[in-house]
This record gives sequence, C-alpha cells and structure tokens, in this order.
Amino acid sequence: MSDATNPDPAPVTPEVVHAHGLTDHEYAGILRLLGRAPNLTELGVFSVMWSEHCSYKSSRKHLKQLPTDGPRVIHGPGENAGVMDIGDGLAVVFKIESHNHPSFIEPYQGAATGVGGILRDVFTMGARPIASLNSLRFGAIRHAKTPYLVNGVVGGIGGYGNCVGVPTVGGDIYFDACYDANILVNAFTLGLAERDRIFTGKARGAGNPVVYVGSKTGRDGVHGATMASESFSEDSEQRRPTVQVGDPFTEKLLIEACLELMRTDAIVGIQDMGAAGLTSSAVEMAGRAGSGVEMELAHVPLREQGMTPYEILLSESQERMLLVVHPESVAEVRAIFERWDLDAVVVGRVIDEPVFRVLSEGRPVADIPVAALTDAAPAYDRPARRPPRQDEIQRLDADALAQPESMTRVLEQLLDSPNLSSREWVYRQYDHYVRGNTVLAPGADAAVIRVKGTSKGLALTVDCNARYCYLDPHAGGMAAVVEAARNLSCVGATPLGLTDCLNFGNPEREDVMWQFSQAIRGMREACLALEIPVVSGNVSFYNETDGVSIHPTPTVAMVGLLEDVTRIATPWFKEEGDLVVLLGLNRDELGGSEYLKVVHGQVAGKPPEVDLALERGIQRTCRLAVEQGLLSSAHDVSEGGLAVALADCCVSHPDPEGPGAVIEIEQRGRADALLFGESHSRIVVSLKERDYGRLQDIATREDVVIAVIGEVGGDRLAINDLVRAPVQRLRNIWSTALERCVK
Amino acid sequence: MRWGVAIFPGSCDDDDVVHCLRHVLGHDVRPLWHKDPFDGECDGVVLPGGFSYGDYLRAGAMARFAPVMQGIVDFAAAGGLVLGICNGFQILCEAGLLPGALTRNESLRFVCRRVTLRVENAESPFTCAAEPGALLEMPVKHGEGRYYADALTLKQVRDHGQVLLRYVDTAGRTSDEANPNGSMQNIAGVCNRGRNVFGLMPHPEDATEELLGGVGGLTVFSSMAAEVRRRNGA
Repeated sequence: MSDATNPDPAPVTPEVVHAHGLTDHEYAGILRLLGRAPNLTELGVFSVMWSEHCSYKSSRKHLKQLPTDGPRVIHGPGENAGVMDIGDGLAVVFKIESHNHPSFIEPYQGAATGVGGILRDVFTMGARPIASLNSLRFGAIRHAKTPYLVNGVVGGIGGYGNCVGVPTVGGDIYFDACYDANILVNAFTLGLAERDRIFTGKARGAGNPVVYVGSKTGRDGVHGATMASESFSEDSEQRRPTVQVGDPFTEKLLIEACLELMRTDAIVGIQDMGAAGLTSSAVEMAGRAGSGVEMELAHVPLREQGMTPYEILLSESQERMLLVVHPESVAEVRAIFERWDLDAVVVGRVIDEPVFRVLSEGRPVADIPVAALTDAAPAYDRPARRPPRQDEIQRLDADALAQPESMTRVLEQLLDSPNLSSREWVYRQYDHYVRGNTVLAPGADAAVIRVKGTSKGLALTVDCNARYCYLDPHAGGMAAVVEAARNLSCVGATPLGLTDCLNFGNPEREDVMWQFSQAIRGMREACLALEIPVVSGNVSFYNETDGVSIHPTPTVAMVGLLEDVTRIATPWFKEEGDLVVLLGLNRDELGGSEYLKVVHGQVAGKPPEVDLALERGIQRTCRLAVEQGLLSSAHDVSEGGLAVALADCCVSHPDPEGPGAVIEIEQRGRADALLFGESHSRIVVSLKERDYGRLQDIATREDVVIAVIGEVGGDRLAINDLVRAPVQRLRNIWSTALERCVK
Repeated sequence: MRWGVAIFPGSCDDDDVVHCLRHVLGHDVRPLWHKDPFDGECDGVVLPGGFSYGDYLRAGAMARFAPVMQGIVDFAAAGGLVLGICNGFQILCEAGLLPGALTRNESLRFVCRRVTLRVENAESPFTCAAEPGALLEMPVKHGEGRYYADALTLKQVRDHGQVLLRYVDTAGRTSDEANPNGSMQNIAGVCNRGRNVFGLMPHPEDATEELLGGVGGLTVFSSMAAEVRRRNGA
C-alpha cells in the first residue's frame, strides 16, 4: 500500500483532537460511542458532524421554542428547506443560509458559493428555484475595507445568480462598525414545486445504489464547516484556501439534470453536498431513514490526484449532489446526466445496519454508527446571563439631546445615510427579470412575483434591525418578524411563513447566549401573534473577531401569498390630489433610531416597543384596503421614521418627475421624535378622497387609528413648518448616496 | 407560426422566450437542442439569452461551435429569420452572422434595468410592426453588451440601415445616460445586410405582458410573424 492511500498518516493525539475543534469532553464521548479510539479520518468526520454548523449543539434547545406548525406547512425545519402549500396543487420551498466567514475572507467566491448552496437546498426538494434574496451587513461605510468587501460580495452574488438564471428580486443591506471584521452574507432562495412531487433526503431501502452526481471532488473547502464554527482572529485571511470556488454554469446544468430526473420515478432520496460534503449528505440521509450507507471512495470522481480518504470525505467542493435511486434506474440516471455532460457514478449502497461505512479500494477507512454522528451529537444548554452593561446601553436622556436647527437638513442627512438611501446601485447588478415572473422589482417594500398558470402571486422580503437587537434582543427579535410581515402587508400579501438566519457571536459567552435566547423569545411571540410558522432556518454563531461580537442579527426572510397578483400596492405617491393617510400612531420613541446614530452619534435607548395586537390590526387594515383596490400607494414607516418614509414615497417613483406632498400632522411631543422616531405599527398610504370612507370602515373594524395627514402634489415635500425640500433635490441625494460611498 | 428556440447548456432565458411565444402569442415552439443537428423546419429561430457554456471564455464564443449552429447558419443563408437576444446576439456576432462585437460594459459591471429603445429602421422583418422612430421599453441585463465595430464596419452598418434599435431617453433622444453599457452610437440592435438575422441586447421576451411592466417587446415578435405571413402569401 502506498503512502498516498494511507488514511492515517498522523496519529490521533490530544493536539490533533483540539485542532479539530473538539473538546476533551466531546472526545471522551466519541471514545464511548465507538468503544475504541477513532482513526484520523473518523475524527475528521466527527469534527464536522459535531461542529456547531452541522449539529446546532448550542441552539437546538432554543430553536424548539419557535412555532413550526400551520395549516399550510408541508415540511418544517429538519429537511433541506421548508415547504408550504399555496393551493392549486403547488408548493413553495424556501430557506435562508449564511455564508459569513468565507465571504469575509474571499468576498466574491464566498458570496457566490453562498448563493450556490442555498439554490441546491431548494432544488434538492424537487422545486424549480424562481427567486432569490440576500441580506448583507458590512462594516462602517468609511472603513477602508468596506468598499472592497461590498464590491466583491455584490459581484459574487450577481456573478452566480445571474449565470444560473434565477432572478435576485430583493434583499437588504446595512452598514455598521460592529461588522467591520465580520460581515454577514445571508442568501435566500424560493422554489416552486408540485405539491405531490416533493423529494426528501432519506436513504431508504437496503441495497439501493447511492449515486454521486455533479462536479468532481477537489481539496477545496476541507473543513469549511469547522471554520464556520470558530471565532475569527487577525490571521483568518490565511484560511483563504478553505473557501470554495463556485461554478455557476455547472450548477445550472445540475439544476436542469436533477429537475429532469425528478420527473421520472428513479429517485428514492436526494440531498446536496453542502457543509461537510459527502460525509454530511450520506450521514444525514441515513439518519433520517434509520438506515446505513456503505461507500467506496475509489469510485468518487476526483479533480486532483493523491487525495486521502480524509480529504475526499470532508471536501466542500461545490455543485455536487448525492442520490439514492432504485437499482433498475441507474442507467436512466446516467443517461440524463450524460445529456447534461455531468458525472453520475454509483459510489455506494444503502445498508440495513445503521452505520456509516467507508472503504477505500476495499479497505475500511471509517466505520461509525450513524446515530453517533446525528442523534448523539452533543447538545448544550449553555449558560445565559443578561450583561450588566445592558442597563447602561438602554439609557437615553432625550432631554439632553439638542433639537437640530434645520429638520430639512436632517432629512437630507438621513437620505444620504447608506442605511437609508436607494439600493439601486446594488440591485442593478442582479438580473431581477429572468424567468419572466417579476411583477414588482427591487425597490418596493417587498418583491412580488407571479405564479404562472394561476392568478396568484408571491411576495418576498428580508428584514432585521440589528441595532434594536443589540439594545434589546427580545424587542429586536419581535421587530424583525413584525417588520417583515408589515412589508408583505404593504404590497397586499398575507404572510405565509418565514425562514430565519440567526447570526450571533460566540455561544460560549453568557451574554451572547442571553441575546440568542431573548431574540428567539421575541420572534416566537411575534410568530404566534401573527400566525406565521418558521419552516426552515440556519444558525451562524461565532460571528466575532478578537473577542468582539457583532450585534445580534436574527435575519428574517418572509414569504407572503397574493390570491390576485393584479391587486398589489407600490410605495410611491401617484396622483396629485390623493389623500395621504397614516395608519397607526406616532409615539415619541427615539431609542435605537438611525437619526440618533447619524445626527447625535449615539446607539442607545430602548428600541421602539412592539404592540402585537395593534400591529396585527394595522397589517390587516392595509391588506384589506389593497385587496379592495382602495389604495394608490402603501409604504411602511421604519428606519428614519415618518419623514424618511414620506420622502421615500416621493423619491422612489420610477418616473423622476413623480409628485411631492404637503403634510400637516399633529405634533404633541418633540419635533425630531415626530419626524424621525421609529415607532412600529405605522403605514403611510395614499388614496382617492372618495375611498377614504371605506378605508375608515376597515380601520374601525380592525380597531386601528387612522388620520389624514396631507395631500399628494407639487414638486416639494413639506411637513408642517419643519421640512420643506424640492423632491428633485431629495431624489438626487437619496439615489446617489450608496454609489458615492462604495464605488 | 412555428418557432425554433435554440437551447445551449447555460441558456437561461429559453423558458421565457418559449413562454412568450407559446402562451402570450399562441404560436408553436420547437426546442432546438444544442447537440442535435437542425433541419431548418421552422419559420423563425430564436437564440435566447443566458450564459452558454458558462461564457467562461468570451460571451458566445463556445456556442458557435455547437452542432445545432451549422443548421442555423444554413437556415440564415437561405433567408430564414434568426433572432439573437443578449447571449444570442453575442453568439451571432461570434458566428459571423452579424457585424461587430459585444464587449464588457463600460462600467465593468453587470447592468439590469429598463431601457427605452428607438426604432431606427422600420423596414425590416424585426421592426415592420412599428412606426419609424417609435419608442419601445424593455429590460437589459448583461455584463458584456457594449456594441463595438471598427470604423469601416460601423459606416457600412449605418449606410445599409442595419441599425434597427438605439438606446434613447424617455423623450427619444440619444444620450450617454440612456446608454446602459457604453455601446458605440447607442446601438442596441443590428441586423445583417440581408435583414433576416437580427441581434439585440435588450430582452423583448421580458416585455410582452402588462402585468410584468409593459409590452414593448411584442413589436419584435409580431413583426417577425407579419413577415412570415407575408412570405407565405397570407
């Protein structure tokens, strides 16, 4: 036997165990489960399967709190993606996932492969991917590295998404110094499937062949899952070789080949090779079916020579899938993949004995009970404690804040903030039309796509205000859910379900676990109140560098349903003479606002309070009004407050000659709080005067306060005697701010 | 009318073209798989957008060698109508069926936005349903769409009325702002001298339904259908 095929060149020492990110306690568990010492290959398999990324060992206990059931839920968390019934024999399949650490190390490829991974999670279930979103967080806009990272990430998302022919229809992007050394790249994809043709990742039926399809296996990404489960330090850039390289062209072929195969009856189970590659796909498929898998590595298509079993098993090369098929279908599988010029090779078979058994040229290199890698993976109830500094963070002495002299100037300053300005520079780089379904392109409160062959539409949005979560993770978690739902309601869609990407710091720290548990508690309450199940998700811990955590960022991507896709609302004012109406109440809440940050340089106070009953009523009112065709426009009030929301309604018009508005609104408290406070449960709508009575009827039934606050018209935005600005000027600032900063 | 739609590995907008021809216009569509020879049994051929063969070498550079292409070249030589959209335009230039080339956008970035196009010559099978000077709105979405031709070619293309569409502003004037990719003389689409092969960077198939934002793209397909009816003596 040559050295090249020797799986164990190095002995398993305590140093080797630690280098694999396993604790002494965890290693003792491995010894107990195996009844012997693992060899190096087996140790590698344990380390990825027991990594935080694959095992959810710190989060599982908390994730159980989230409501996952509902009348439309077909598959909740646990599968590759969530599946929900939308009627007409159709189902939507969706999920969001993080690719944070790779994107910081190599922004283009990190982001690109993030898109590739989430696409595979969706089409592996039998769904044609039809829309993607992304949620991005970068460091301070003035940080030297930010423009490089933004350009790389946006380029990578576009480069991959455009080439596979899946439209990127929306997303969000924010800048904050807390992400200086740990950006967030969360990618979401939604697919459409026939309700009765959903595929799952189960390795059923002893003797059924296990087939490897797609790209060849190389050394890229070995131990990516472990990297995602560690904190960063300054030398993280040396990890660049662990970032995978994407090949969207192969992914496109893989999508077409898999969807073609799915029209036959060949497939028993199918799963993509994502984090931890061949290992996790085989083990998870066996785990779900209570079976085992035996594999011969000599059959695995390799990109380079001399790869060890360790490397083959842990490689995270992209664009690969693992199938379990009926024995008589192997020839059919081969023929379809050959038509698409892709490899399809039988690498193993399903066995009754529930073990993961790996051979290399007939010689056993790993033999591990499946349950030891899945069910018996460690689960921690990590200590959580509210940090004493939280009180200090939440303290805000509003009386000590000087009122700005010119509110018009403040409004201009806020529209110039890269957190509030137009995102067109970003989404112009994404194909948002391909597949011919895009009814509402990026730039509205939510994207809308039609469902071909039906009268229906789907609305999509992604949200999270991490500043709120930092100040109060419970309120922030709630806010992420309600704001996403509000965005859907603004276009007229009823929320169906959500998928979450929980980006947090180091779970071994008590304050981080407290943030995590509080955010989940907030999300749970909001989900229950608004009846929105969580059907899939992803946890990304260890978002910290040199001991400093990011703000907790529980990103929520939500999908809504429109029964009639022609009945939607857009955010911009349309007709001179339309009434401007505010649904909801202004409250003096300045805590956590963008105004406080931009103008006063403070991140402090309590974030705006969420009143779930009120929120529900506001959202229902807006949806009913859109459904009845009463509204000319609808736009929610969020970051930047009422003044920025009103400015959005003027400047976001696709025609640069779009109208302004004259607003007269009752001021009870501080002027800055009225204009720039970020109280929840508010939506700005415009409508014909003759329809106001009907809107009022709905609002009364929903127990919601509404008020006429002005009229659409003119070429200026005027608010009381506080703000007076030409729309053209506001538009120029708003539409160029981001580009000026990152180009 | 019976259309052939070429499908290369990496074609992305083939489904959109097929949907538009079949469901919006109610025509027959025959997919032309890249590995199969093409027998010319069609009234018109569309080369759709996308990233054929990944466009890893140069956009459209590989596809011209696909087995299906010989039949399409023969079809064009016999006067058949061939429409290349985006990547299809790039392939037709690479195959020598259209003059000029498409290079990287001036911004060096992918660009996805709606553009306004002015019909420069309505006496072609691809624009005959429009009035001269008519304005059509469609999306563009490409990274390599900057039309380039050497001075002599450009002069010939102009002299022979081969420029069918130009990027203009909403008032119909050519300007740098209206030009999404830095194309020479705001050229968005050109045909061959025989006026039976046409390539354009904008996507007419994505502008054929009011629900999706407008029907500016219908002109191209309905023009071709009118030409086919004329040729068939209908």
